[in-house]
Amino acid sequence: MNPLEMTAFEIRREIIEKQFSAKEVITTFLERIYEKEPLIGGFLTLCREEALARAERIDKKISRNEQVGSLAGVPIAIKDNICTDGIRTTCASKMLHDFIPPYDATAVKKLKEADGIIIGKTNMDEFAAAVVSAGMAPIALDSDAGGSMRQPASFCDVVSLKPTYGLVSRFGLIALSSSMDRIGPVAGNIKDCVITLEAMQGEDRLDSTSVRHSIKEDYMSTIENGIKGMRIAVPDGETAFSLKSCIEKFKEMGASVEDISFPMTEEALSAYYIISSAEAASNLGRFDGIKYGYRAEDFRSVDELIERSRSEGFGEEIKKKIILGTLVLSSKYYDAYYNKAQKLRRKIKEQFLRVFEDYDLVLSPVSPVLSDIYTASIHLTGVPALSMPWIESRIIGPHYGEGKIFKAAYALEQELKEGNKNEL
Amino acid sequence: MSFETVIGLEIHAELDTKSKLFCSCPTEFGANPNENTCPICLGIPGTLPALNAKAVTLVVKAGLILNCEINKESHMDRKNYFYPDLPKAYQITQYYTPVCKGGYVDIEAAGVSRRIRLNRIHMEEDAGKLIHLEADGVSLIDYNRAGIPLIEIVTEPDLRSPEEAVAFLIALKSMLEYGEISDCRMEQGSLRCDANISLRKKGQNALNTRVELKNLNSFKELKKALEYEEKRQKKLYTLKEEDKIVQETRRWEAVKEETIPMRSKEDADDYRYFPDPDLGPIIINDTLIREIKKNLPEMPVIRKKRFRELYGLKNKDIDIIVGYKALSEYYEALVSCGAEPKVGAKWILGSILKLLNEKGLKAEQIPIPPEELGKLIEIIEEGKISITAGQEVFSEMFRTGKDAENIIKEKGLSQISNRLELERIINSVLSNNPQSLSDYAAGKKQAAVFLMGQIMKASKGRANPQLANEILDERLKKGLL
Ligand SMILES: [Zn+2]
Repeated sequence: MNPLEMTAFEIRREIIEKQFSAKEVITTFLERIYEKEPLIGGFLTLCREEALARAERIDKKISRNEQVGSLAGVPIAIKDNICTDGIRTTCASKMLHDFIPPYDATAVKKLKEADGIIIGKTNMDEFAAAVVSAGMAPIALDSDAGGSMRQPASFCDVVSLKPTYGLVSRFGLIALSSSMDRIGPVAGNIKDCVITLEAMQGEDRLDSTSVRHSIKEDYMSTIENGIKGMRIAVPDGETAFSLKSCIEKFKEMGASVEDISFPMTEEALSAYYIISSAEAASNLGRFDGIKYGYRAEDFRSVDELIERSRSEGFGEEIKKKIILGTLVLSSKYYDAYYNKAQKLRRKIKEQFLRVFEDYDLVLSPVSPVLSDIYTASIHLTGVPALSMPWIESRIIGPHYGEGKIFKAAYALEQELKEGNKNEL
Repeated sequence: MSFETVIGLEIHAELDTKSKLFCSCPTEFGANPNENTCPICLGIPGTLPALNAKAVTLVVKAGLILNCEINKESHMDRKNYFYPDLPKAYQITQYYTPVCKGGYVDIEAAGVSRRIRLNRIHMEEDAGKLIHLEADGVSLIDYNRAGIPLIEIVTEPDLRSPEEAVAFLIALKSMLEYGEISDCRMEQGSLRCDANISLRKKGQNALNTRVELKNLNSFKELKKALEYEEKRQKKLYTLKEEDKIVQETRRWEAVKEETIPMRSKEDADDYRYFPDPDLGPIIINDTLIREIKKNLPEMPVIRKKRFRELYGLKNKDIDIIVGYKALSEYYEALVSCGAEPKVGAKWILGSILKLLNEKGLKAEQIPIPPEELGKLIEIIEEGKISITAGQEVFSEMFRTGKDAENIIKEKGLSQISNRLELERIINSVLSNNPQSLSDYAAGKKQAAVFLMGQIMKASKGRANPQLANEILDERLKKGLL
């Protein structure tokens, strides 16, 4: 009985059946972290005491035969741009080196309500995936703040979902690009991804962009229904070798797979850069050294305090984003850049959504340029996308099409588990 | 040369909501510094705004009252700039699409009625407040006001004199108060006014360079500042030095009674306005508009007309009473308690306003419930106490909150209408003033007035004057016989 070799789903089951305690689970994972962390450097903060205390509470609940949540005793790593009450949240930035949020992000709050246990805060970029891949936590919360162009999960042997924009509350996610930022689960398998999403999705009155499309879907009950009759689109010319076996499997399982020609252009990339930079420049204004975060030591006026704190506190990449964002929003260039980018965004959205009138799912292309255009389009349109370790592609669905994505991904996962993953 | 003054106003009014525009912090005035704050209005990383629906309703109501067109769909925008009192480094406001477009307010100044057009009404959040402790060399920030909901009402440049500007602000304030949109307390900053002013030759259509005036915190300051600026600009035009009039913001210094430059147009920030991606569109449907229309309170213009027709009051008196919503409501309550409308008005315009002014109280703070004042008026009308005594009772009621009957009893103020008792007093007055009696007999009718005064004095003002006069008259005539 080794929790390190189990899925989150199994860990919870074994804790409830008292095969081992939540405390033992946490201890085991902490040991794993101490062993692996020097090689990976995935964590910025570990929550040892808090995690052990919560585990004890859950064990107590179980010993009293009380109901426990869907993530009972499961260790969860949280990316360091998602606020955790009383736990340092730095965005891996000098700017927020000492920032301790006075509240939990809604997603974190919901995971806690499901009796999940926050084990630590992961470094930015691909580290949420790395931590899960290295077995230091069965589940992590990721957010490619600002919509980074990387697709971390596909490099790390884990499943990663970017849910429909608005499905998971952004409240507590330190904003970079408000209209694109999303929190999503990273896990070792599809079902763990599903239980995490189910625990944290849904309406939040603190996030107006979530309230408007609130749904609460139970994906788990339909996930094994298979994909017979599903229509899957593959972008023209992108039946790459790496996708071939995947497509074959889908067909074998009763789905129809068709080539489509997709009017995607590099304009999507420009629109994406302009909008994400504009929003980031505005969102990052609050880091002025006045109320929290890094403050320059030497200043003679308020203006100088703000200027120096920002110059010294931000990294190079962020500064570039701020400069670009400030330019495209300035009154002189607003129409030529920001406004134009928003028009493009609407156009891209229409084009993208039109595909889903005829198809249930789209497989994203693999070639680097096209792949980037698709990534930008996913950010701009807010559709859900799932990365799997066994295919280089991502499965893209329509808005709130998570159910369809999970069905297809699960079917593929089962197929590949039974056969040999290496055959791909 | 003959000049014409062109004035436009920008008025900020605090919306009368219980909570802030984007969080649930209370809006009440007078809390300890930073007491009314939370992670959202402090702009703590990760927090998001959620729009207060009551505020939207109030803006729409303001729009309907001020004859605006309501935008069915509007958005919140970010105005980006750095200042320590602005927690997010942007103010959430409406730049591209305000809730209300157009509109107008009818005013009367110097006997002339005019229609002043509005440009727009939009909704926005207030910023915090910086407190500079010069002696300690530090600045403190109070974020209690950060996120307080405001509306900004922008007029067209339709006002032609400082008097008109004041008349407009008075009319607008009264409409906002009647609509329960804002409590409009200028001294607490819940109503603030900026003014744009320029001069041009009479008959000229184009507008000349305008100057923006800030820090106009009362009707008086608004008028004085505009008059000062009008004079300053006129002088420069007359001296042909109009190039010295530059587009700038000037601050009214109430103590020095002058405007001084704050910043020029070149210093103005580029606010980089863009739609706030954290907030969806504000959709205002016909049902909501109908609902608000149905519940619109009576506006001052209508109330004035009604007071004229129903109570027969004079225009001048109506303007004062209806000018303050609370006063007009008090008046109606008083009348409904049975006070004769004109008598009631006399009390309000006289004793009540006098004491309110003396004590520095607002119309909503009249300490005497209208039914109690009604009782006092009734007692006086019935002749149970004299008018003079009535005034004394009123002052006592105002001061202590006690009711009229108790005060009359305690002070022994009830009027003496008992014939026997009055005769006794009069007899003693007459026997003490034999000289006056002989004067009267000698034809000096003045003596009767003196004797009446003595009677009132002897009765401590409680003698029923009519009856006392009657008895005195009888006695004097008898004496003559
Ligand atoms: Zn607040």
